[in-house]
Amino acid sequence: MVTIRINGTAQSVDVDGDVPLLWVLRDELRLTGTKYGCGVAQCGACTVHIDGRAARSCVAPAAAVAGREVVTIEGVAGDVARAVQDAWRRLDVAQCGYCQSGQIMSAIALLSEIRRPSDADIDTAMGGNVCRCATYARIRAAIHDAAQAIGR
Amino acid sequence: MLTRRRFLQSTVLATVGLVIEFRLEHRPATAADAVLQPNAFVRIAPDNTVTIISKHIEMGEGTYTGLATILAEELDADWSQIRVESAPADAERYNNLAFGPVQGTGGSSAMANSWDQLRRAGATARAMLVEAAAREWGVPASEITVERGVVSHAPSGRRATFGELASKAAALTPPAQVTLKDPKDFKLVGTRLPRLDGRTKTDGTAQYTMDFSLPGMLTAVIARPPRFGATVKSFDAVAARRVKGVTHVVQVPSGVAVVATGFWAARKGRDALRVTWDESRAERRGTDELLATYRTLAGQPGRAVRRDGDADAVLARAARVVEAVYEFPYLAHAPMEPLDAVVRIGSDGCDLWAGSQIQTIDQHVVAQVLGLAPNKVRVHTLLAGGSFGRRGTPDGDVAGEAAAIAKAIGGDKPVKLVWTREDDIQGGKYRPLYVHRLRGGLDAQGEIVGWENRIVGQSIAAGTAFEAMLVKDGVDVTSVEGAANVPYAIPNVTVELHTTKVGVPVHFWRSVGSTHTAYATETFLDELAHAAGKDPLAVRRALLAQKPRHLGALNLAAERARWGDPLPAGRARGIAVHESFNSVVAEVAEVSLRPDGMPKVERVVCAVDCGTAINPDVVRAQLEGGIGYGLAAALWSEITLVDGRVQQRNFDRYRPLRINEMPAIDVHIVPSGAAPTGVGEPGTPPIAPAVANALFHLNGQRVRRLPFARLAAAGTRTS
Repeated sequence: MVTIRINGTAQSVDVDGDVPLLWVLRDELRLTGTKYGCGVAQCGACTVHIDGRAARSCVAPAAAVAGREVVTIEGVAGDVARAVQDAWRRLDVAQCGYCQSGQIMSAIALLSEIRRPSDADIDTAMGGNVCRCATYARIRAAIHDAAQAIGR
Repeated sequence: MLTRRRFLQSTVLATVGLVIEFRLEHRPATAADAVLQPNAFVRIAPDNTVTIISKHIEMGEGTYTGLATILAEELDADWSQIRVESAPADAERYNNLAFGPVQGTGGSSAMANSWDQLRRAGATARAMLVEAAAREWGVPASEITVERGVVSHAPSGRRATFGELASKAAALTPPAQVTLKDPKDFKLVGTRLPRLDGRTKTDGTAQYTMDFSLPGMLTAVIARPPRFGATVKSFDAVAARRVKGVTHVVQVPSGVAVVATGFWAARKGRDALRVTWDESRAERRGTDELLATYRTLAGQPGRAVRRDGDADAVLARAARVVEAVYEFPYLAHAPMEPLDAVVRIGSDGCDLWAGSQIQTIDQHVVAQVLGLAPNKVRVHTLLAGGSFGRRGTPDGDVAGEAAAIAKAIGGDKPVKLVWTREDDIQGGKYRPLYVHRLRGGLDAQGEIVGWENRIVGQSIAAGTAFEAMLVKDGVDVTSVEGAANVPYAIPNVTVELHTTKVGVPVHFWRSVGSTHTAYATETFLDELAHAAGKDPLAVRRALLAQKPRHLGALNLAAERARWGDPLPAGRARGIAVHESFNSVVAEVAEVSLRPDGMPKVERVVCAVDCGTAINPDVVRAQLEGGIGYGLAAALWSEITLVDGRVQQRNFDRYRPLRINEMPAIDVHIVPSGAAPTGVGEPGTPPIAPAVANALFHLNGQRVRRLPFARLAAAGTRTS
């Protein structure tokens, strides 16, 4: 039994401590907005926030996140999250959309830390998130757009 | 999504011409429940929603949005009232008109084959709403106008929403003839409407097969052979069965399935499984051996695909002959959502939930595995997290495996089959390995007088359900498309093909034959232009004088890229133009060199002639994405085999494009009133040759073996 705070609620799940957080979210809690893409922290589709920082849930054992604060795409809230999701919609970033939860989680973490990120900041923060549809140019534009919206 | 009962109901009622459906099935029908469904593609409900039924999958290319736009245009609906749901598999009502009696999405054909069909479907529904209003108000139909989902009669001031008229319209017989709009009156087509899937794809609620679940559903992964063509000899499941959560270990045609209560247990179970493989019939050749064989073949005459004039004779006496051999690796599709399917066997047939690109093939394959009639397999097409061709197979591989597992565990529990990323990268169905040998001859004035292109590689279609459609006189059209129809006015052209047989499964990969033919033809033409001391754009313009669409795209891209204007030191431009899926795309790449010798693509200017751009922003997005997808392959991607074993397993060595490598892209659409043509694939072919042609100006190298990663600092990679 592992207890994790997920989207503000303590959740106790009957899993071994080695089960990755990704599969706790998806298979135990049916929070399927967080995606499986590679299983080895190479693609970022599984990105969530752990204690406010972007993290790859596919390589985070449940035991290691016990007692910590996990936020998934289903639980994001606040000005930054709203600005990011709005920008994503305004610019129609998503194509297949499968990676976009992870992209958005990384973007929210970036903008929470750096209010006016440079292109280099974006490359660093988003470099771990793969999009095979190659929506990258719009992701970059949407992050800049969201930064402006937050600043207003 | 249609329930099964509603689907059957629709099928029966459709035979009398008009379907009247009931929103709540277990409630007796009342007038308020009546829904207008004049054909298989649209339903208008009393709540004023307009539901468009998509026969095509949405896998990222914006099909739902595009199809809805076509229908909503002729219906004069308001965009906010539009919904889309996926059609049930049905080869008669929902076939792809470009494929024949098959429901499927591919060849960038969704808009092209639906254009007329959905315009008529929308116009029919509109005519019925107008007629219903005319009768209700006692006014001539000719005095009624429709705008943004509201039907109005100006002289009397009467107006009604679609929802208010739906039940009355449903009682009418659809008109046999409808008048389509003059394109100058289009209000939605050609405008930037927001994608219909934009919201759910940004809040985590979009449902892919990976996210779909049923009560009691189990998850399966398959232990697959280490070499293509190997089969299970025996297996020891004792340790696998001991893994907490594992419920079954069963043999299926493609390997040994480990079934569990969730993905992680299934994967751990598979790790613990011991399988002995029979590799007596496995493919054991590696990339090096295959390339050596292909190079030899490229030196020998092949089957003639095109012969204009006598290229051989002309090349023998040309003032100058240029020769080049190009080598292209196997490529995996690697869509972000790994392959998956959910199967539930019931007493009255079977349900399949999948991101199926060819629904009626998957339906038949599942039916065959389960010994059912195809109409007993209900296909529920879900959103696909990318595909690029991979989910549209002639053997319905993923759906068939899921069905085999569901059957093998007793048929009483639904099963979700998941391919791990490693299964995906190592599992074959690759873009085939290809070798091209080109020879070109220049006369004393530097005019290109002869062109010979010899192509060596596997056929994608031979031996598959696609063979009848795609193999003509022993030539797989996908092996030579883009090369056999090289557009340049060259008097002597020979194109030949050697079709090889290799035990590595191959498949369509975004833009198919053009993935290699565009590179070979467009870099070689550049090389000939350089040999003649001419500007590569000027050479193309001269040789495309009779090809107005090529010329239009080429000129637009060149103009917007300011071809010929000086660039900062360390930058160069390259250009390429290519036709695929009836669209023509020209791209100008602006490139610099990274310290490790790799090209950095700073900017791409793209021009596309795709006929009518139904949603210009979706068109731009598809071209951007097609360029990024092609650039990933050009820079980094290759599947290599050593002793028959695939060397890459995941995104660490099968390297995708990342955000820092994505160029700025400007897409320009050639104005056109022609019917729409493809946009999902045509952006991909020109990018690699455009980059290669720019790179030559920076380092003097002609890259003839892909990917470009082979240029990166020596010693970091081996073949």
